[in-house]
Amino acid sequence: MKVAYFPGCVARGNCPELNQATREIAPLLGIELVELEGAPCTGAGVIGQQNPLLADTYNAKTLALAEAEGVPLMTLCSTCIGCLRKSNYKLTHDEDWLSQVNKHLKPGGLEYHGGVDITHILFVILNELGVDNLKGMVKRPLSGLRVAPFYGCYMLRPQEIMGLDDPEHPDSLQRVITALGGEPVEYAHMTRCCGFPITLENEEASFKMAGAALGDAKDHGADCLVTPCPLCHMSLDMQQSRITKYTQRTYNMPVLHLPQLVGLALGVEPLKLGLQKHFVDTDLVTSTVVH
Amino acid sequence: MAEVTFRIQRCDPEQDGKPYFKEYGFDVPEGFTLLDSLNHIKAYIDDSLTYRFSCRSSICGSCGMRVNGHAKLTCMTQVMDVLRPDGSITIEPQGNQTIQRDLMVDTSLFWEKMRAVKPWLEPDPKKGVPEKEYRQDPAVFNSFVEESTCIMCGNCVSDCTSLEQDANFRGPAALAKAWRFDVDDRGGDQQQRLEMLVEDGGIWDCVRCNECVEVCPKTVAPMEAILKLRQAALERGLTNSIGARHVTVFTDSVTRAGVLDEKELPAKSLGVGNLGKLIGALPLAFTGMVKGKISPLPHKPIPGTEDLQRIRREIEKEATE
Repeated sequence: MKVAYFPGCVARGNCPELNQATREIAPLLGIELVELEGAPCTGAGVIGQQNPLLADTYNAKTLALAEAEGVPLMTLCSTCIGCLRKSNYKLTHDEDWLSQVNKHLKPGGLEYHGGVDITHILFVILNELGVDNLKGMVKRPLSGLRVAPFYGCYMLRPQEIMGLDDPEHPDSLQRVITALGGEPVEYAHMTRCCGFPITLENEEASFKMAGAALGDAKDHGADCLVTPCPLCHMSLDMQQSRITKYTQRTYNMPVLHLPQLVGLALGVEPLKLGLQKHFVDTDLVTSTVVH
Repeated sequence: MAEVTFRIQRCDPEQDGKPYFKEYGFDVPEGFTLLDSLNHIKAYIDDSLTYRFSCRSSICGSCGMRVNGHAKLTCMTQVMDVLRPDGSITIEPQGNQTIQRDLMVDTSLFWEKMRAVKPWLEPDPKKGVPEKEYRQDPAVFNSFVEESTCIMCGNCVSDCTSLEQDANFRGPAALAKAWRFDVDDRGGDQQQRLEMLVEDGGIWDCVRCNECVEVCPKTVAPMEAILKLRQAALERGLTNSIGARHVTVFTDSVTRAGVLDEKELPAKSLGVGNLGKLIGALPLAFTGMVKGKISPLPHKPIPGTEDLQRIRREIEKEATE
């Protein structure tokens, strides 16, 4: 299937391995990535705190670009999908707001009419490809690997805007893990916040949130985490050693981006998926899967 | 009828005070709410079960509890809607508060935090006391009508992620109430209240996880009220905080380059007053560069950034006209 590709800032910035892994697996899954020239950052819910009209106009620009391509918009990030869907919700439920936004878009040669399907690679895999087809593509089953899903807030909440999975008891990541031959590990913190948005404002609370999730997953016997959100990845992987300062606990918990986990099972070499770039060693995962 | 097993957390402070789970099973008739089920258990199975309730009509806000890990009003929750595939429902007391007994929590923390934001109208000392009653402009009232629907059930406080890790956080209910009084033009102390709310534990400590929006049984959406308070703080000159700088640096970065400059953001948000924190994060940046994750070069701007700058210029000009 053809999708308008929106990798987001982090997959082009601090987590380049996410972009790299997605480009590796897309052709294997039959996903054609249409590049969107000139699509800005979603604002991550931050720009809207200063100026909601500016945030929604920037997002409407991305939506108008996808609308012109006539294909769904595919993100790689829980925050990106959450922000784009929140803007889209307001634009499609408030005609006045849409006309205000379009007034500022039109001088740049764009207009948004509403109704673009905003999705995430997780739901392209589940809803377009299907778990049975995914299962048939597996070359290296994740046998014996206990994988703990970590969703990221905006993928699930608020349900009224997202509506892609049950916000209290989601199962989309577990279905993918199972199709890849792995064993999903369910734990209470899989739907909770990683703490990323307040890393600068309140480091202690932020790191304790991430530590609570890592500890819960470890207590439930997880070998690794998988997340559809690179911001969660930054909290859970890049900050993992610093979290110990506040929780007095070490985790040694590899945290994989969803496209990396899929890529491993589809037979892509770990190096091509950028696993060597992680802060927490992923050898435990690759040795379980590759052998 | 459906056979349901209720896993209910019990706790008796007069014994050892350690919470434990006890199971109760019975055939639940169609249309039973969770509160109906608790009342059935108390009346026919175990009269020692303790919980708080009153109106049974989602008005009094007394019967908030955690159901399968998430806060709900038990009087407005149908048993069949929360039945897990194994035929069970787990009920625990609300989170982030001290258990008094079984499913009943001590609500004093909730009320202390509520009182601390001064949720009442103080007259403007410059204007003095009016001769007649204060009149409410309907348009102003409509701007905070959603926040006014709060029934103080505490569900948002129960599931607040920030409060779970930082007891100093003012919490979603109190901050939503603060927004309601900030926007009410009959009051005269809005700026003092807002100055208090930008301090540590205030509006910038919300992690924006949407848990409070999801568990609110009314239409308060506390997190959205917190975001409106942040906008008010920025507009009214309360910008000397990491959170406020974070917003302005973020917006400037995206307007300039179309993407977020992840290297500029921490340095400028923390500012010179937080040099220690910045130095503490340097090893992370160094490791990221060695691993090939973090590029030492700035982000390449996206095509068409002049259009983003034009949009911002026009919107900001329009706002001042």
